[in-house]
Amino acid sequence: MNAVEVRGLRKSYADFEAVRGIDFELRAGEVFGLLGPNGAGKTTTVEILVGYRRRNAGEVRVFGVDPEHADRGWRGRMGIVPQSGELFPNLTVIEHLALFAGYYDNPRPPSEVLALVGLEEKARAKTRTLSGGQRRRLDLGVALVGDPELLFLDEPTTGFDPGARRAAWQTIRSLRSLGKTILLTTHYIEEAHQLADRVAVLTRGEIVASGTPAELIGQAPSTVIRYRRNGEQVALETEEPVRVLHELTAEALRDGLELDGLEVHRPTLEDVYLSLTEKPAE
Amino acid sequence: MRLFLHQLKAEQRLFWRSRELAFFTFLLPILFFLLLGSAYGDDEINGVDGYQYLLAGMIGYGAASTTFAGLALLLVIRRESGVLKRLRATPLPPSTYVAAVLASIIFIFLLEAAILVAIGRFAFDVPMPDSFSSLVLVVLLGAASFAALGIGLTALIKSAEGSSAVVNAIYLPLSFISGAFFSEDTFPEVLQKLGALLPLSHLIRLTRDVMVYDDAIWEHLDDVAVIAAWGIVGLVVAMRGFRWEPRER
Repeated sequence: MNAVEVRGLRKSYADFEAVRGIDFELRAGEVFGLLGPNGAGKTTTVEILVGYRRRNAGEVRVFGVDPEHADRGWRGRMGIVPQSGELFPNLTVIEHLALFAGYYDNPRPPSEVLALVGLEEKARAKTRTLSGGQRRRLDLGVALVGDPELLFLDEPTTGFDPGARRAAWQTIRSLRSLGKTILLTTHYIEEAHQLADRVAVLTRGEIVASGTPAELIGQAPSTVIRYRRNGEQVALETEEPVRVLHELTAEALRDGLELDGLEVHRPTLEDVYLSLTEKPAE
Repeated sequence: MRLFLHQLKAEQRLFWRSRELAFFTFLLPILFFLLLGSAYGDDEINGVDGYQYLLAGMIGYGAASTTFAGLALLLVIRRESGVLKRLRATPLPPSTYVAAVLASIIFIFLLEAAILVAIGRFAFDVPMPDSFSSLVLVVLLGAASFAALGIGLTALIKSAEGSSAVVNAIYLPLSFISGAFFSEDTFPEVLQKLGALLPLSHLIRLTRDVMVYDDAIWEHLDDVAVIAAWGIVGLVVAMRGFRWEPRER
């Protein structure tokens, strides 16, 4: 059974349609990336899946249950790292973990979670003294302490510096290897590419593309080879970059020419993303 | 039950750790009793010994500041910071959470009332009531009614920034016109009539009747009815308007 099933999901706020009929599913044990620009409907989707919001139309099942009719046992199987929101400023890190552990029937030991999110040295620090990145790690710790099967990570690395982001990616990979199913929302293409087994690109409330990162890149425009000849920029678009490059360099060698500024631009997820999300609204 | 006790323990820790809230809602009524007591405790107010008169007022003021103002502030701050929303995603049942928060704040007010009575007894020689059980019932009734109003009040507060302004603007004048600090008999008639509609004046009068005149609680069912009616109003507003999520920005 899939951990999450979404069919024809719609959600409107007043006269604004935030989610316009989307379908996707999360298979057990995979990292699924919901990629899209700000305001695309990612957080709304997550909030419907965890039962914070009611949908206007469509079918949603999480562990086979409609989140609008969820019970205590159902909540115990998932963890959420919300996009924003604080914890208790006057509680320490370890007190937070112990507090949340107490809500679950089979929690992980708080000390173990402390190590998993790398906050051992801050165990006795009050939350208000933590840095932004440390708070984010505590957010993750609080979500993990119930030992959930399914994790919702809503833009978990927004505002991180590159070093902190790489460290967070490492943590998410280790969660995946523990067998967790993860729904990750992000507006960082690189993050989706690095972490997700499958990606859905969400823009203006609609999924415009989905598949593995490799499949998405496969839909991209051709490889571009660029160089300068006699001061003039040449760009060759090709589906066979190896053959074209071989001919090009063989020719240059034979004639004793240098190919100034030679570069091969392989399509990236970013090209796909930009070509999809920059389409004007219909 | 395990979850309730777990949350109750956490609530106690959270309350005493937030110093400002603990000071304004718990300690201030005690400080006022000491200050006002030394200022005019020896006078007679409405034919009653000043300390005795004040003690009832301070218990009423304590109910307003702890279970009403303190509870409302605590819940609004948690709601707006997103903690309530996050708790709702855990297996902690919402009813258990609310019960633990209420039990915690009512316990704090009972402690405060006990300290006020002890100060009255040992520092100011206030005679004790015949019926301690009536006093306990009055204090519990006041705590429950004002706690319901406190939760209801959160529905009217839109942001954490404005919360203490709104709360102070309500409970300080409320305490004043209800005669918590001085006899309301010298107030203009309009204020006296307004005060008579509000639950705090009835709570203070009931406390005074029990403490000073040794009445039993059931001899004043009219006051009990007014206090309970306000509690029900608070409950209805709370059930309709209480939110777990911060307002959309």
